[in-house]
Amino acid sequence: MARKQKNRHVSPSRNILSGVLFGIGLMALIDEIIFHQLLQWHHFYDLSTPFIGILSDGLLNAFALFAVVAGLFMFADIHRRHIAHMRTWTASFFLGLGGFQVFDGIVNHKLLQIHQVRYGVEVLPYDLAWNISGLILLTIGTILFFQAKRRLSLNEGG
Amino acid sequence: MTHANFLPIEFTAGFIALAALLLYPIAMHISNGKHRKWPFHRYIFWSAGIILAALTLTGPLAQLAHTDFTAHMAGHLLLGMLAPLILVFGKPMTLLMRTLNVPAARNLSRLLNSRYVSFVTNPIIAATLNIGGLFLIYMTDLFTLMHTSAWLYGLVHLHVFLAGYLFTISIIYIDITTHRYSFMYRAIVLVLALGFHKVLSKLIYAAPPTGISKDAGESGALLMYYGGDIIDLGLIVILCWQWYQAHAPKNAKDSRTGVI
Repeated sequence: MARKQKNRHVSPSRNILSGVLFGIGLMALIDEIIFHQLLQWHHFYDLSTPFIGILSDGLLNAFALFAVVAGLFMFADIHRRHIAHMRTWTASFFLGLGGFQVFDGIVNHKLLQIHQVRYGVEVLPYDLAWNISGLILLTIGTILFFQAKRRLSLNEGG
Repeated sequence: MTHANFLPIEFTAGFIALAALLLYPIAMHISNGKHRKWPFHRYIFWSAGIILAALTLTGPLAQLAHTDFTAHMAGHLLLGMLAPLILVFGKPMTLLMRTLNVPAARNLSRLLNSRYVSFVTNPIIAATLNIGGLFLIYMTDLFTLMHTSAWLYGLVHLHVFLAGYLFTISIIYIDITTHRYSFMYRAIVLVLALGFHKVLSKLIYAAPPTGISKDAGESGALLMYYGGDIIDLGLIVILCWQWYQAHAPKNAKDSRTGVI
């Protein structure tokens, strides 16, 4: 019975949603724990933060906290329904991680000026490292995603 | 800042808390006569919530909160967020419903189904009453004013507690819930409410209320920001857990894990 269910048509959309949500949420947690609390490079409140920055940051972080929990519960759900597809999920997870990192690096740090990566230093190398690492995560996610797609179509064909 | 005499407020809060602690087991006893035994652990939730709420309005923390902004903020987290979250697990409305006689229970049921209750338990209305009220306290002179008048202080704190409780029962359905909304809608409102709670914490960090020093404002705001995160994380987990249970696939015996 279980094996039969495993071969059932997997639902990529739920795997994608669960992986992306968990990735976004986890990266936001990493950002909070490592850069805000441990290294204390980021500032809780940068004196030059405009209101729109505070608003966007607040909503984004609230969403990320929800996303990390919801992503895990959704994973538990697809697991119990035997429709989990690990490669699709992992690809989406990396897309979530990288997506948050790049969004944080470009929109939050640069466009909205919520806070910088680090203070009292030349910020350009930090910004580059930040966004390039985000792009690498996005690239890993994209490669995995196409692999997953190919495997899924092979499964369905055979 | 000149302070009013808060003794009547402390006394009233203590009296209400004591009444709540005593009435609950009395209701348990009465209703156990006609219904299934009411689980004792719900009384533990109830008393823990009542004691936490009372601690913010009477006793040493309440005293300290008049002069120390961080203590004030700790009090607000307890009164407006943590106490309500724990109290709903005492299921007071369910207990009340089964304790009352039939005509009275019918009236209560009519009240719970009324348009007014339907309006205020809509998550977006409850969230606005809750977070909007906080914006009023900290972004206007209300914070300063309420420390000069004991009855205003009592009223504001009553609002903080009731709005916090209302918000909690509008998001998670533990007790009797007459008007239900989808998980998606409640999730969106919860994220918005937490988001605006964070926004308010940062605004307080940047510009604390009149009479609060920069350092006190900053540490109070940080406590509000991260304390709010931790308690709302509890709400998020419970909401998602309820989604997980409600969406269990049919005919899947092996996936039944939860007991209520």
